[in-house]
Amino acid sequence: MSFSEKWAIDRRLVSATLFLSLLGIAMIYSAGQVEVPNAVTERAWLSQLRWLLVALLGFTVLSRIPVPWIEWAAHPIYVLGIILLGVTLIIGEGRGTAAGVKSFIRLGGFGFQPAEIAKIATILWLAQHLSDRDSPLRTLRDLVKPGAIVALPLALVMLQPDLGTSLAFVGILFAMLYWAATPVWLLALVASPVVGLFLAYDTVVWSTYILIVIACMVLFLRSRLFLFESVALVLANFASATLARPLWNSLANYQRNRILVFLDPEVDPRGAGYQVIQSKVAIGSGEFWGQGFTQGAQKRLDFLPEQHTDFIFSVVGEELGFVGTTLLILLFGYVLTRLLRLAAVSDSSFAGLSLLGIFGAWLVHVLVNIGMTAGVVPVTGIPLPFVSYGGTFLVMSWVAVALAVRLSYERI
Amino acid sequence: MRLYHPRALRRRAKGLVFATGVILAGLIIAFFRLQVLQSDDWVLRASSNRVRVLPIPAPRGMIYDRNGIIIADNVPGYSITVLPGPVDSVRATLTRMSEHIELSDRQIERVLAQLRRFGREVVIYSDADFDEVSKIEERRAEFPGVYIDMRPRRRYNLGASGAHLTGYVGEITEDELEMEMFPDSAYSPGAIVGKIGIERQYESLLQGRQGVRWVEFDARGRIVGDFAGVERTAAVKGEDLHLNLDFGLQQWIHQIFPDSMSGAVVALDPKDGGVLALYSAPGYDPNAFVGGIDTETWAGLNENDQKPLFNRSVLGLYAPASTWKLASAGIALDAGVVTPDEMMPDPCEGQWYWGNRFWGCWDRQGHGYNTLAEAIGNSCDVYFYQLGLRLGLQRLLDRSTDIGFSQQCGVDLPQESRGIFPEGPQFWQELYGYRPTEGEALNLAIGQGPNSQTPLKMAQFYVALARNGSAPAPVIAKGVATSEGWQLDLAPEHIESLQEGLRMVTAPGGTAHFGTALEHWEVIGKTGTGQNPLSVRGLAQDHAWFAGMAGPPGEPPEIVLVAIVEYGESGGQVAAPIVAKAADYYLRSKRGMPIDTIQTYSEHILSGPVPQWYRDRFPRGFAIEAEEQITLAAPAEGGS
Repeated sequence: MSFSEKWAIDRRLVSATLFLSLLGIAMIYSAGQVEVPNAVTERAWLSQLRWLLVALLGFTVLSRIPVPWIEWAAHPIYVLGIILLGVTLIIGEGRGTAAGVKSFIRLGGFGFQPAEIAKIATILWLAQHLSDRDSPLRTLRDLVKPGAIVALPLALVMLQPDLGTSLAFVGILFAMLYWAATPVWLLALVASPVVGLFLAYDTVVWSTYILIVIACMVLFLRSRLFLFESVALVLANFASATLARPLWNSLANYQRNRILVFLDPEVDPRGAGYQVIQSKVAIGSGEFWGQGFTQGAQKRLDFLPEQHTDFIFSVVGEELGFVGTTLLILLFGYVLTRLLRLAAVSDSSFAGLSLLGIFGAWLVHVLVNIGMTAGVVPVTGIPLPFVSYGGTFLVMSWVAVALAVRLSYERI
Repeated sequence: MRLYHPRALRRRAKGLVFATGVILAGLIIAFFRLQVLQSDDWVLRASSNRVRVLPIPAPRGMIYDRNGIIIADNVPGYSITVLPGPVDSVRATLTRMSEHIELSDRQIERVLAQLRRFGREVVIYSDADFDEVSKIEERRAEFPGVYIDMRPRRRYNLGASGAHLTGYVGEITEDELEMEMFPDSAYSPGAIVGKIGIERQYESLLQGRQGVRWVEFDARGRIVGDFAGVERTAAVKGEDLHLNLDFGLQQWIHQIFPDSMSGAVVALDPKDGGVLALYSAPGYDPNAFVGGIDTETWAGLNENDQKPLFNRSVLGLYAPASTWKLASAGIALDAGVVTPDEMMPDPCEGQWYWGNRFWGCWDRQGHGYNTLAEAIGNSCDVYFYQLGLRLGLQRLLDRSTDIGFSQQCGVDLPQESRGIFPEGPQFWQELYGYRPTEGEALNLAIGQGPNSQTPLKMAQFYVALARNGSAPAPVIAKGVATSEGWQLDLAPEHIESLQEGLRMVTAPGGTAHFGTALEHWEVIGKTGTGQNPLSVRGLAQDHAWFAGMAGPPGEPPEIVLVAIVEYGESGGQVAAPIVAKAADYYLRSKRGMPIDTIQTYSEHILSGPVPQWYRDRFPRGFAIEAEEQITLAAPAEGGS
């Protein structure tokens, strides 16, 4: 193995994510620049910088370990991740606005989020499982095992209850199944009860929906579905519709409010809608060119909620304007498509599937986080990869980058 | 392996690239809408977010007395206000605040309700004292969204002596916000408005117009500074109000009114009906109400048996008793059924037989034959029985109704009781279920029967006696058009004979002489002994009335006064001295003469020898008193 081969990492992906990380530190610095200084947020950028150094160190090490080691480690890491998630439910604690969510484990001086480890572990094991198959997944029964691999950590994260992070697991599952040649119609049918869950608020809407689903099954998919599966799917749809109301009632008040407020933030402008409205005000008042780095008035006057973590993108919007938000979104687009490109040219199915898992998770993070700052998706506490303040998430994102480049240069 | 054939992978990758592109394009479109298409709205919203229009409270107009003395003014005060924010965090802030300053759960809920309803800043304390302000200021960081502002505080210089007249101000209530007298254009939550009294009556005049200023806040409610973009609009001070009231007289009456007794004193200017004093005892301190009264003080006032919050001068209804005989007399002269010098056919023998029964006179000794003036001087019931019969029930009711004994005076105060007096025979039918006989005229003529009047109403009637039979409506503020008064058709000699009757009451030998004889002034008037529910059962004394007027001897009266002391027993000994002393104060201060606390004859002889002025003015009276003065002076010496 020549020197150049050994170091043949994908520079484009690493440059893009490094740029995002540095931009993140800059924005975290800016988020700390407020009229009435706060000792913690003012120094947050320094802490993030230290975490970045740790992350880069981890990256350097991880991006050199042999691929078989990674495959070998997939199973134990998964088990470790599940155990840690279980422990979190018992001794976990919350942070910031999500104080009621048990998502952190305190270890010595700092806390970390086991869910982030579980994400990587799930990706690896699922990749291993799917790459072992030699036939595409064509029936519901084929989906049971991959579904179970994701469902276990997902359920544990839901119990915290951290809705945002659990969405990332859904992204991982669907992206990887798709990559494993699962037909789109089958994925759509699997998703149909979940869609139905949300449509169940209105009987007429839901009835129309279920008729369309059944019609599609009868007209187009008759030859591809077994009777048992068809019945199971229809039953699942009915079950989700029936469960919709009890499920709604079991949601915590703040979760319900977030959904209601998403539909119309002005229903409670000083309560649950406050974050979204303040975020939109900041972003909108950034206009085309932005108010300038560290100059955002809403941010300076502390109107932005969680401005160095979940709502960091609002600071970008206010200070760097439409130009800044567009460039940042395009940059994420570049990172995501780069992952796809690496996956497409990879000749190891394990590597390709792992890359797709990372793609799925990040796509959900980017869409949900950026979308919520603009009020186009409901507020769920979910950070923006590389940019939001948070040690575990930054390190694990870089671990993902390390895996991505390590798995993809195997081919070169 | 066909599953992961490069061509298949490229196809899937393309599909995902396309999906990613659609999602991210959607996001970019969302930001394009926010930051380019709608940016003007959001920029505006951003500035309204941090720049708030805050009201600059307008100082209320000052209230002056007739001589330009300040009755009510404004002193600097502080208000504590909370800015709108998420309801839960405001609640948490207020709960933390309640550990340091008095803030009940109910107040917190009220603030939150207003916050939800109006979505703007809410005044927590419209009048915080320095102690509360410094407690908040010290812990500034703990109370995000709370700011402290200067705001003029109302001060009532008359204090308890003028509470019922001035009234007080307080924060506008939600109910008041709905009222027509508080239009939305001029009043917003947190506004300070007149609650009762003159403050309420002349609210629109005194209020002024609040100004606005544009202040930049941070999200925690700390004032960063005035917003440079917009000029502030200065507040416009309310208009000043000048009253007919005499500050000194009002205070003087408060001083001389018997301690721990309840009652009322009204002083009117006979020239124009101007209210010189309007006093109700016991009083309360209206300054305690400014900025919200504390519950303890409120409970103390509300549960007090003497009802200090009740304005007896215009709301209290009392049987007018003998003071009303002048009304019967005036109506009879007006109707022409008696002449001043005529005597009634039957002499007073202590009682009178009419309609199968005896009607008693208060004095069983009897008064013999009386002219009108003598009958008034003696307060002879037998004379007035016959006068009532001559008038007839119907005419007595009609005329009394014209004069307004069943109406309000129309004084410029938000609340006033109507007098109770039958407007016609149906009164008895509706109330007691029988047709009244002529005998009712006998009772009414001596001031008994279904007849209850406010002290102010009686004062208004005595104004007619001090003038030419006409009585303008009492008016507190200067230069205000009030409702029209009424007119009794009385000739000057009629007035003269009525006044002559009043003069006998206070002349040597009259029941009110000792307490009303003054060095420089002549006080004339009528005593009254008002029965009340407790006194008829022998559980308490009667109410003591004195209604009269005063001025320099031989000249028209310059002040009309009515005093009532609840359960005071004797009109001559308890109520009359209040009237005389108040009149002495007013007439002396009007002329710049020195004022002493020893004013009436009885006060003089209780503290020293018979004064020379008394010997000079009342040679006959002195002769009578010479014999009695030892007995009168004795208790004073014994007590000293």
